[in-house]
Amino acid sequence: MKRWIAFWNILMKDVRTYYLKPPNVSWGLLFPLAWTGMFFLRSQANARDILSILTGLVCVSVLFGTTSLLAVTITFEKKNRTFERLLLSPLPLNWLVLAKTSGGILFGLANALVPVLLACFLTDLSKVGWGQFGVAVFLLAVSSTFLGLLIAVSVSEVFEAQAFSNFFRFPMIFLCGLFFPISRLPFFLWPLSFILPPTYGADLLHGAIEGIQLFPGWLDLTALVGFCLLLFFLSLWNIRRRWIL
Amino acid sequence: MDRVIVVRNLWKHYGETAAVKGISFTVHAGEIFGFLGPNGAGKTTTINLLTGLARPDPVPAERPEESTELFVCGINLLKHPRAVQHLLGVVPDENNLYPELSGYENLCFWASLYGIRKKERQERARELLNTVNLTEVAREKFANYSRGLKRRLAIAAALVHRPGLLFLDEPTTGLDVAAARSVRRLITQLHQAGTTIFLTTHYLEEAERLCQRLAFIVSGRLGRIDTVSHLLEPVQGKQFLEVLCGPLPPHFQEVFSRVYPEVSLLVAGPGRFQVEVSPRLKVPALVQFLETEGVEVLEVKRKQASLEDVFVEITGIEAAAIKQEKAKGLP
Repeated sequence: MKRWIAFWNILMKDVRTYYLKPPNVSWGLLFPLAWTGMFFLRSQANARDILSILTGLVCVSVLFGTTSLLAVTITFEKKNRTFERLLLSPLPLNWLVLAKTSGGILFGLANALVPVLLACFLTDLSKVGWGQFGVAVFLLAVSSTFLGLLIAVSVSEVFEAQAFSNFFRFPMIFLCGLFFPISRLPFFLWPLSFILPPTYGADLLHGAIEGIQLFPGWLDLTALVGFCLLLFFLSLWNIRRRWIL
Repeated sequence: MDRVIVVRNLWKHYGETAAVKGISFTVHAGEIFGFLGPNGAGKTTTINLLTGLARPDPVPAERPEESTELFVCGINLLKHPRAVQHLLGVVPDENNLYPELSGYENLCFWASLYGIRKKERQERARELLNTVNLTEVAREKFANYSRGLKRRLAIAAALVHRPGLLFLDEPTTGLDVAAARSVRRLITQLHQAGTTIFLTTHYLEEAERLCQRLAFIVSGRLGRIDTVSHLLEPVQGKQFLEVLCGPLPPHFQEVFSRVYPEVSLLVAGPGRFQVEVSPRLKVPALVQFLETEGVEVLEVKRKQASLEDVFVEITGIEAAAIKQEKAKGLP
């Protein structure tokens, strides 16, 4: 019970002080809104086109929303030493890290809703497999948040976190099959695509929205859960290494 | 439990630099233990080691018969750092509370990390705000607090879970006179309430006023550890002449010891030295000697021996560093 009290209060504090702050809310809304509006205008409200780009928009919204905010908030807390103070609390480290990342995951899920809500007005979404869609968005949000965490605990300054995030995010957009199918990428880039978490999230989303998947669902799920665990434990290891020196 | 902290052969390196070199000491229950030394002496590293925020290094291979022991509140910190951490309160040298939360919200938040329920933590926050005299500014954002108020709230935040052992790292550094006095009063109150306090400072007068026992750390090594009264015994009743002057010529110390062989001289800085008062040392003669040697005398003052002189005796030349810091002024 004591752990849950601590967990809940960390989450609520982060939601209040970071995720519900006007600049972050506007970033969380405007960014996916701008991307979605841009692509939907280009598709000229063609229902088939909208469905085909919805996957990419959801994925990019989640990826950018989670990594941007988490990388900044954790780096900021490291700089003002509140993260060190959190490490002195009796909460186990894995609980502490989950509490700090839960806000980011929720923020990612909220970001994913923006393109979906817009698409609702422009096309028929009745054929979307919402169960698979929900699982895909959730696992994408978790893996992206943990990627943001890994970046945040590996750098010292906020600008480093931003630069480091972009180093991962932009290649991911082009390599994970969101806007170009992996099969159309040069052969030598395929291994890179296969080691990126969004590749499997995007594949699940393609399956849920358009009914076309490159890999079997179980493989996508296993890969995403595997990436989530890997990034989480790498971050824990990095925190222990850097703070408990 | 009489001994709250037991440290044997504690070592810590950062790269090639040894920050802490095999220090050993104990801290007794209910005392204020002063850990003194100039900046970079190893005070904060020692606190990090004692609070589980840093892991000690093994004893160097050339000392095979020695091993590290680190017990805090009766628990082996090397084996169970997390078990120790919720028994401690830590106030680091820099404030580490959330700037966007109010004083009250900060205290409620930090209390929640110890699993304290809402009603209880609200009561505890109000009680602590009252203790540190911040009730009137409880609803203001921490970012808007003055330095002194920030330090007091940081101490309150370290006390939310009623720890028996409190680490205070340079609690009055950078505070004005009134704020520093208020923090010192708070430390005395906590001590009277039975809290064991591990206090690091580079203000010797502060340590003399607050602490029962003192340890001197210089360049990662511990000098003497003793009660304040025992440390002061050898210098009790002694007087010194402190001379503020222009730059000293290169071989000044040699020339001085030829003229005054029985008087000990301590050069504390480029334009500052100190000599022990003795029947043979007359001020006019000293001034005349200095002028003959081409030293411009700005001021000569007589002062009682203090803890600073003990520090000088124990640590030798390293005292120059602490004196330079003192020259910046004790709040």
